[in-house]
Amino acid sequence: MTFDLEFFNIGYLDTLSYRNSFVHRLDPRIKIIVSLIFILFVVSFPKYEISSLLPFFFYPVFLLTAGNIPLKAIAKKIFFISPFAVFIGIFNPLFDTGTMYTIFGVPVSGGWLSFLSILIKYMLTVSTALLLIAVTSFPGICEGLERLKLPKIFVIQLLFLYRYLFVLLEESLRMMRARDARSFGNRGKEIRTFVRLISVLLIRSIERAEMIFRAMLARGFRGEIKVLRRHTVNAADVLFLMISFTMFYIFRSYHVVNIMGAAFSTVLR
Amino acid sequence: MHMADALLSPAVGGAMWAGSLGTMIYCAKKLREKMDEKMIPLMGILGAFIFAGQMINFTIPITGSSGHIGGGMILTVLLGPYAAFLVISSVLVIQALFFADGGLLALGANIWNMGVYPAFIAYPLIYKFIVGRNSSTKAITIASILSVVIGLQLGAFSVVLETRASGITELPLNTFVLLMQPIHLAIGLIEGFVTAGIVIYVRSLRPDIVENLEGVKTLSTGMSLKKVVIAFGVLAVVTAGALSWFASTRPDGLEWSIEKIYGRPEITGKSDSVKEAAGKLQEKTAILPDYSFSSKGGEEQRPAWPAVDTGTSVSGLLGGGLVLLLVVVFGMGIRAMSKYRART
Repeated sequence: MTFDLEFFNIGYLDTLSYRNSFVHRLDPRIKIIVSLIFILFVVSFPKYEISSLLPFFFYPVFLLTAGNIPLKAIAKKIFFISPFAVFIGIFNPLFDTGTMYTIFGVPVSGGWLSFLSILIKYMLTVSTALLLIAVTSFPGICEGLERLKLPKIFVIQLLFLYRYLFVLLEESLRMMRARDARSFGNRGKEIRTFVRLISVLLIRSIERAEMIFRAMLARGFRGEIKVLRRHTVNAADVLFLMISFTMFYIFRSYHVVNIMGAAFSTVLR
Repeated sequence: MHMADALLSPAVGGAMWAGSLGTMIYCAKKLREKMDEKMIPLMGILGAFIFAGQMINFTIPITGSSGHIGGGMILTVLLGPYAAFLVISSVLVIQALFFADGGLLALGANIWNMGVYPAFIAYPLIYKFIVGRNSSTKAITIASILSVVIGLQLGAFSVVLETRASGITELPLNTFVLLMQPIHLAIGLIEGFVTAGIVIYVRSLRPDIVENLEGVKTLSTGMSLKKVVIAFGVLAVVTAGALSWFASTRPDGLEWSIEKIYGRPEITGKSDSVKEAAGKLQEKTAILPDYSFSSKGGEEQRPAWPAVDTGTSVSGLLGGGLVLLLVVVFGMGIRAMSKYRART
């Protein structure tokens, strides 16, 4: 049951996000903005680029280590969920067969280079997205989104969604267990049964929403929810933003890898 | 159908973000105009329902493989287009953050592909049109299947266009379309069938709930075809504008398409002497005179590449290994530091 695992993974990332470290304490707005800038820089490289992408691993590794996040938790997700990028990228070696390099006598075609480049870009962007949520609590993200001027109603219902995600997931796990207990092998999974099962889940969800609404009214809800603001931009945030941006800019404009490689080989000589 | 960051260029990703953000702000404004407070918890819960519902799998007829619902159209039928668009967006936000489905830059494209088409094209133009006067079981079935199929086809075609415009894949357009559209036709037929089943079954079990919802989403009835068309015209212009702006500031994607048209990355102009002089200057100042590992150099010299300078590719490999080593050392250093600090 892959979805079971997914579910516990959400819970796991959620617990990670409440740890206390330098990156956890940063203002969510800053983290969202820096991560977006990072991704823009990474995808702005031309399609055959490989070596210049490597220095960018500094940013996810920084989030990972400074945030004290276990490498396994992130690595597993990156390796398991990569169908689309791989599926589209794997065609490059088939269609782009012109030899671009010969490394130690082995010809390397442009297609393989661009495929490798897609994979590296994929690893960089996906790990950054996962690490962003691993070092920022979801309410923190919502606070950041609200203060980045996203529509308030969107942010509020996003908070609601997250709050009840776990409740409803458990509900549907119970229903699945009941279905499995009453059926053998692959039976009980026909579309007819499925439609009824999910309709019941839908009705229960809507009824729950009505109960929640009544409870909210009882507690004085008047169509306005105050989103808690806990973060302020301080010196550490500004420093983090400036340093990361400068680093990204340097990595983008200079071939750090080649410069270092050349320096290293002169030292060897 | 989730796009990934690695397949997008900044220009396309940014333009799609602009389009999706614009639609989100428009929807929020529309909802605020005539808000039923009940809507807020309902939207959140139904978003969570999509996740919970995706956990329940069923056997796909004929193939025998296991599938789950997408749910965009159910949301639209229950909540109306404006609220549904916001809920679909939030589902995608959570998928991007927790499941690594898609990515942060691709989120804009994903919201557009999976939100705009069902909510603002398939629902008002097809579902509403068919179910409008006649809400029999048959009408609901036909309307659901048709609207889901068309919504998914448009979405899949957008994925093809966005990927092509980004210029990352070598897949020829025809092959790509032939790969994407039939798969999503099959998915759409099943999804549409299931959607119809759910709408009909819920209505027969609890007609009061469906009627209540009709009252809550009064907004959607006031939506005319004219407004939809105007809104789309505006959005198209905004998106195109954003696209050209991004394209001019970050020409990487364009460079590629020029290469496709002219057969080489840049149209050779008269500035060659200036370029050469600049190149010579760079040769004198740089530690490594010419980067044969750099992609631009590679592209320009690709047609005639027999003379491979092993020196530079070796230094590229060396440097790459060195940088990766540094990254690891950097990470281990921070780990050790925080452990040390935790002990003291």
